[in-house]
Amino acid sequence: MPEEKVRSSGCLFFMQKDFSMTAKKTEFKKNLVAYSFIAPNFIGFAIFTLVPMVFAFILAFLDWDGSPYNPMHFVGFKNFANLASDDQFLAAFKNTIVYTVETVPLTLIMALILAVLLNQKIKGRNFFRTVCFFPYVASMVAVAAVWNMLFNPGMGPVNEILRGFGVQNPPGWSADKDWAMTTIVQFSVWKYMGYYMILYLAGLQGINPELYEAANLDGCNGWQRFWNVTIPQLSATTFFVLVMLVIQCFKVYDVVYMITQAGPGTATLVMVYDIYNKAFVYSSFGSASAEAIVLFALVLIVTLIQFRGQRKTEA
Amino acid sequence: MQVVSTKQKIIRMIVYVLLVLCAAVMLLPFLWMLSASLKLDKDVFTFPVQWIPKHPRWANYHDIWTEIPLLTFVKNTVKLTVIVTLLQLFTSSFAAYAFAKLQFKGRNTLFLGYIATIAMPWQVYMVPQFVMMSKMGLNNTHLAIILLQAFSAFGVFMMKQFYTSIPTELCEAARVDGMTEYGIYFRIMLPLSKPALSTLTIFTFVNTWNDFLGPYIYLTREELKTIQIGLRMFITQYSQEYGLIMAASVVTLIPVLIVFLSLQQYFVQGIATSGLKG
Repeated sequence: MPEEKVRSSGCLFFMQKDFSMTAKKTEFKKNLVAYSFIAPNFIGFAIFTLVPMVFAFILAFLDWDGSPYNPMHFVGFKNFANLASDDQFLAAFKNTIVYTVETVPLTLIMALILAVLLNQKIKGRNFFRTVCFFPYVASMVAVAAVWNMLFNPGMGPVNEILRGFGVQNPPGWSADKDWAMTTIVQFSVWKYMGYYMILYLAGLQGINPELYEAANLDGCNGWQRFWNVTIPQLSATTFFVLVMLVIQCFKVYDVVYMITQAGPGTATLVMVYDIYNKAFVYSSFGSASAEAIVLFALVLIVTLIQFRGQRKTEA
Repeated sequence: MQVVSTKQKIIRMIVYVLLVLCAAVMLLPFLWMLSASLKLDKDVFTFPVQWIPKHPRWANYHDIWTEIPLLTFVKNTVKLTVIVTLLQLFTSSFAAYAFAKLQFKGRNTLFLGYIATIAMPWQVYMVPQFVMMSKMGLNNTHLAIILLQAFSAFGVFMMKQFYTSIPTELCEAARVDGMTEYGIYFRIMLPLSKPALSTLTIFTFVNTWNDFLGPYIYLTREELKTIQIGLRMFITQYSQEYGLIMAASVVTLIPVLIVFLSLQQYFVQGIATSGLKG
């Protein structure tokens, strides 16, 4: 081989060059094939998601009423500064936080309890799973309509039952400014816990059964097994559920629209509702986008905090 | 042993009682809806609740089609949902195959870009998106809804997680046999990804069917409206027609129920294997 190489080095050099060119060509072709797989999704995604995302950051610094005849003005941070003295925004900001703080732990705990119950070997397990998941897939407008009737302050069956138990003045639910938020939180927990239950079920099924056997050998009872095996083993699932839930709560809109229309007053006005009003009712696109950026910052901050917390518990 | 088994029996009893209670809380609103949909408006709120109406008023289910343009709403929603779901399934799984099984320039950067956008709620950029769509003349068209729903990063992420769990040797063997990448995708990957595709179908179907804010922003002409905004409009206008509202609500639940029940066997499995938990 070495002599050959020396003898025909010129030829080999030529061949090598030729070889590397075909290699480049095949790599180019390979890239092209891969891009052709991605293109249908990416083109749509880039135009209809990425471009508006970038535009959102620009719009937040402009003063514009959305009309093609009126020019956009660059106003710097004025839209953000205005938010600080905007009562609607301040109410929406506070309510969004309150809604999130109340809904997240309730949904998470209910989902975990349901998942643990439905992970047992019991009869009718699939039936119960389906039932618990159904509110999540059910059409929002339909279940909100039935909820409004069930919780109708005057004649709804829920208040009739409460009166039957001797409650003199049952809550006014969606019509009462002190109860409206509770009504929305209740409805959200009911509607969404089935989804998070499924995530927890998937997590539970991923736990190694040997861990439970080891705990049994150590003489752990059911409660101890739950705290020392189940909960730590589910930490990755809990982290994911927490991130998803918080994001979902921050962007709440339809529940509020269908049950209280942000009322009474501004008792249940949330940020997305306010963004909608600013943009599509008051044609104030700049301040709507500024509020949207604040919403995004909130989501980002909370997600980053959770990521750091997750790292710490893992370390 | 005897002690343990009685203890276990008691625990089992408690589990059952809790589950029946939960199931009741989950199901009763639907049963009440069904029962109210067969009543006269004045009988809907009689107390104690008459779960099975003495004289079921089936006419409610007839009247909703004439009093509300429900058929138009249903048609529009079915059309949008089917198109969005098909596009979503195809484009996501197609792109996901490249991310999971092909080596190419810029793969990691592109995928990271996709992931980063999942954390950005649609509500953050819905206003500029509307401005852009209007400029393109897409306001008050179904195309707008299709374009904004059909290309999600979430679908790509989910399918990629699933494809990564399929052994790469399968693809390599097929490549040695001279199959093209397209052939591998269509003949090997797609048939294997039934659980993941079913999960994505349920998610996309449910999201599109139930989407409210998107159609609410874009579709203001009545003949374009979907069930969610159409039915909502009706509820605001005729808030006293309880029986009809409930009948229409029952009708809007049926398609989702059918899709869900026919695909649910894949569902838990699909979520587990596609590793939604990261």
